[in-house]
Amino acid sequence: MICISCPVGCHLIVASTRDRITVKGNQCKRGEIYGKEEMLSPKRIVTAVVKIRKKEYCYIPVKTEKPLLKKYIKPLLKELYRLEVDLPVKCGTVLIKNFENTGINVLITRSMKN
Amino acid sequence: MLEKKVNAVVIGGGSAGMAAALSIAEKGYQVAIIEREDTLGGILLQCIHNGFGLQEFKQELTGPEYAQRFEDFVHKNRKINIFLETTAVDITQNDNGTRVVNTYSKKHGVILFSADAVVLAMGCRERNRGNIAIAGTRPAGIFTAGLAQRLLNIDGFIPGKKVVIIGSGDIGLIMARRLTWVGTEVLGVVEIQPFPSGLTRNIVQCLNDFSIPLYLNHVVSRIYGKERVTKVRITPITQDGKIDEKKSFQIACDTILLSVGLIPDMELAKNAGVRINHDTNGPYVNADLMTSQEGIFACGNALHVHDIVDYVTEEARRCGSYVHDYIQGGRVKKQGNVIPGANIKYILPNHYVTHRNNRLYCRPMIVKNNAELFIKINKKFVLQKKLRHIQPSEMISIDLEKDVFKNIQKDQNHTLEVSIR
Amino acid sequence: MKEDCFDVAVIGAGVSGAAIARKLSLYRLKVTLIEKCEDVSFGVSKANSGIIHAGFHHKPATLKSRLEIEGNLMFEKFQQELQFPFKRVGILVAAFSYEEMKTVEKLYQQGIENNVPLIEICNRERLLELEPKLNSDVSGGLYAPTGGIIEPYRYVFALVESAMKNGVKLFTDFKVIRAGYSGGQYTITSAKGRSLKAKYVINAGGLYADEISSLFKAEKYKIFPRKGEEYLLERNSSGFPNHVIFPVPIKNSKGTLVIPTVEGTMMIGPTAEEIKDKEDVATTPENLEKVFSLAMKMIPSISKREIITSFAGLRPAMEGNDFYIDISKKASHFIQVAGIQSPGLTASPAIAEYVKDLLKKDGLKLVEKRDYDPFLKGAMVVRGRTPEEADKLIKKDSAYGNIVCRCENVSEAEVTEAIEKGHTTMDGIKFYTRAGMGKCQGGFCTYKILHLINQKAGISINKITKRGGRSTIVYDTLSDKNIK
Repeated sequence: MICISCPVGCHLIVASTRDRITVKGNQCKRGEIYGKEEMLSPKRIVTAVVKIRKKEYCYIPVKTEKPLLKKYIKPLLKELYRLEVDLPVKCGTVLIKNFENTGINVLITRSMKN
Repeated sequence: MLEKKVNAVVIGGGSAGMAAALSIAEKGYQVAIIEREDTLGGILLQCIHNGFGLQEFKQELTGPEYAQRFEDFVHKNRKINIFLETTAVDITQNDNGTRVVNTYSKKHGVILFSADAVVLAMGCRERNRGNIAIAGTRPAGIFTAGLAQRLLNIDGFIPGKKVVIIGSGDIGLIMARRLTWVGTEVLGVVEIQPFPSGLTRNIVQCLNDFSIPLYLNHVVSRIYGKERVTKVRITPITQDGKIDEKKSFQIACDTILLSVGLIPDMELAKNAGVRINHDTNGPYVNADLMTSQEGIFACGNALHVHDIVDYVTEEARRCGSYVHDYIQGGRVKKQGNVIPGANIKYILPNHYVTHRNNRLYCRPMIVKNNAELFIKINKKFVLQKKLRHIQPSEMISIDLEKDVFKNIQKDQNHTLEVSIR
Repeated sequence: MKEDCFDVAVIGAGVSGAAIARKLSLYRLKVTLIEKCEDVSFGVSKANSGIIHAGFHHKPATLKSRLEIEGNLMFEKFQQELQFPFKRVGILVAAFSYEEMKTVEKLYQQGIENNVPLIEICNRERLLELEPKLNSDVSGGLYAPTGGIIEPYRYVFALVESAMKNGVKLFTDFKVIRAGYSGGQYTITSAKGRSLKAKYVINAGGLYADEISSLFKAEKYKIFPRKGEEYLLERNSSGFPNHVIFPVPIKNSKGTLVIPTVEGTMMIGPTAEEIKDKEDVATTPENLEKVFSLAMKMIPSISKREIITSFAGLRPAMEGNDFYIDISKKASHFIQVAGIQSPGLTASPAIAEYVKDLLKKDGLKLVEKRDYDPFLKGAMVVRGRTPEEADKLIKKDSAYGNIVCRCENVSEAEVTEAIEKGHTTMDGIKFYTRAGMGKCQGGFCTYKILHLINQKAGISINKITKRGGRSTIVYDTLSDKNIK
């Protein structure tokens, strides 16, 4: 398994026994966390763009605040491509709070005026 | 016709331009940023994925967020004048040495900027199908990855339904994921080298996550389609680099994305007489990041193609401080030559100085774990550094502290060589 | 479509058809120009090398050489009237051996017999003086100062605009699939079901002239496509010559040339290859090697590194070595203008005159219009101007200050003008304005041009094509329905 927490990309060896998961090959704490999570419940940060209402061909970038469980990615994307946002928007505002009870918020990542 | 006098003109309002302008303005000088789009931010605006800012902000940001931070600083700084929808057309020099940048502006007509220094921060362009002469027809549906990214992330257009991506560089990989996330089928990534060009993390989260095949040691040898792309022919390369036509296969698709390299945008610079380095396709620069033309500096992707925007910011900020010294009247002190040694594709800047620390950037030509970097001055070994993992698509930064030069005789001509094994 | 009958229908809006239509627009005639593609010049004429030949390549007493010489002499007048870029840079033929010099002498004799002005044989020194970048191994050659270069599609656009200004009706996306004749009138029907009537028909159908001839029950002949691949190199190329450089010709082909284009880029090619498919315009890797090695033999400083793009075109070859321009002996009032290969572009002004005379011979009454206006306003471009001139232009129309194509410095105003003149495909705009022809090949300007076509012509971006038909640029807008 390769850690994707940062550009280094450490090669991890993740083993699971009955009571715990061990991670080897990581060079930092984030790698250990990633290894465990990827084994049990793989998550990804999702980035996309959402349509601005009443403005043709105009979109605003968004991201999940934290990594989202893989099985929720498609439903989130479907929702995001259905939404429309009004201007003005500010970078950092929450677009969707606690998506499908995952505890993950979706944030707007760019400010745009009218 | 407007004539504006400033201390420095920065051509390009992306990550490099903004950082350079801030650095110059913070020292109290008047700066003009010339930007052809209707917003600052440059290429970062379409890089909606994350992975930016780990060094600069100790956070993982998306491209637009990284750009937003700098845009906010730039807008707050009264010494920076921003000219949007303004395109630089040429750079000339007055009899007294002042630089004149001729620009066309939608709002103002022609604006002639005169300044003591000009910073080239206009980024790079993409190598395309025409440049690499892929045989076949010329149907619609062929895009460079950056153009497809722009059309998708800014204008909301899906380029196609079934895509083949040429080149496993990070832009191609990121687009493989992006396209999958908008419902397009990515049928494969074709890479001429025996190893992928992009970061391993991107191979995992952009290809492996979606089971997108990666064809290493392969090329797209022909494009088919009369009006729109219909298929591509993919051919393996043998060990000696020859095309193995018999083992070709075809993939039906309607879109091709090319991620086959970036080239610094040097047309303006070339017309101004700036000497170009064929190893980087960018300008030759001295230790102050000044090109062969007096008063014209370069930083960011216009100087050499970067992979981490944090390095662009570092380089641009430093360039700004050199510009400041130059405007103050500081002129080039004696500089030694910097040359690439074993396994180094290029190294920048092309000169170093001994009175301050030097930050060098280089790219290796090999993939290796636990590699060693060697630095020699006039063939005498001065520094060694261990590198955990190197690959051509990851730039290496080297900090040379000035005490490395303690024992070097100041009056001689010196050549500094960097090698990797 | 109104059921008015046109006096003349010109089929094919390439260099021949466009020049003929413009010539006929001088007279009190109802003329229509019909083109099967989405825009004019999209057929054979699109891939033309753009050379105005001097007239020493073809045997005297052929229609080719007669019309070539006449046509060559008419280009200054045409340029003054139509304002397209044209330069008489001169043509050099470079010989590298004793045998080749013998051929050069034959060409020279042919040139003298054809009355080519100022043609001279050069020794090695003279040739190198004229063209320092030539391979110094050259033995000698030929110099014809009356040779020149133009942008072929700009020329066709100008001819068509002038024709339309003087009353010619243009129909594009009109592929002729049926023709009937009754009561002295042809009824011509298109693939999309449109139809019109005309008394006289000019067949300038290029690659498809043989098929058109069949539809009209005229002569039976065959057009054989002959492919030519060309390579475009960047501006300020190391090998950029002062003149068009020809090798010594072999058999049917003028050879692989080195061409300084009128806009400052460089072209090398074309190749010549008989093929079967009239739609095969694919380039090949073998020809890339061949073309470059031939070109580098003449100018050693040419570098593959400077390639911007490559393309291929098809010549409409037919049996016999001459143009087939004649009144049909089988179909009434039907003029054949077929087999217009090189030097078709050069001959085009003269072809128009010749066809006009054939029509007159065939009974068409030609009365000049009093209000015929041969002049076109030159295209306003912002590139290459002094700051003062550019400023005036931008103050007049701020769209001149918005540079859309950075590589070729094409402004929004110029793209808008192209759109307003009816060029709403990406290729049409590219050929009209040069936006997208530069080093980045549309990497930066594509999205800007898509938006402009949408804003100025009201076409939704999903429907914008590269060159008509199904060549749409994008697939769809973002939508949740694509996520399954």
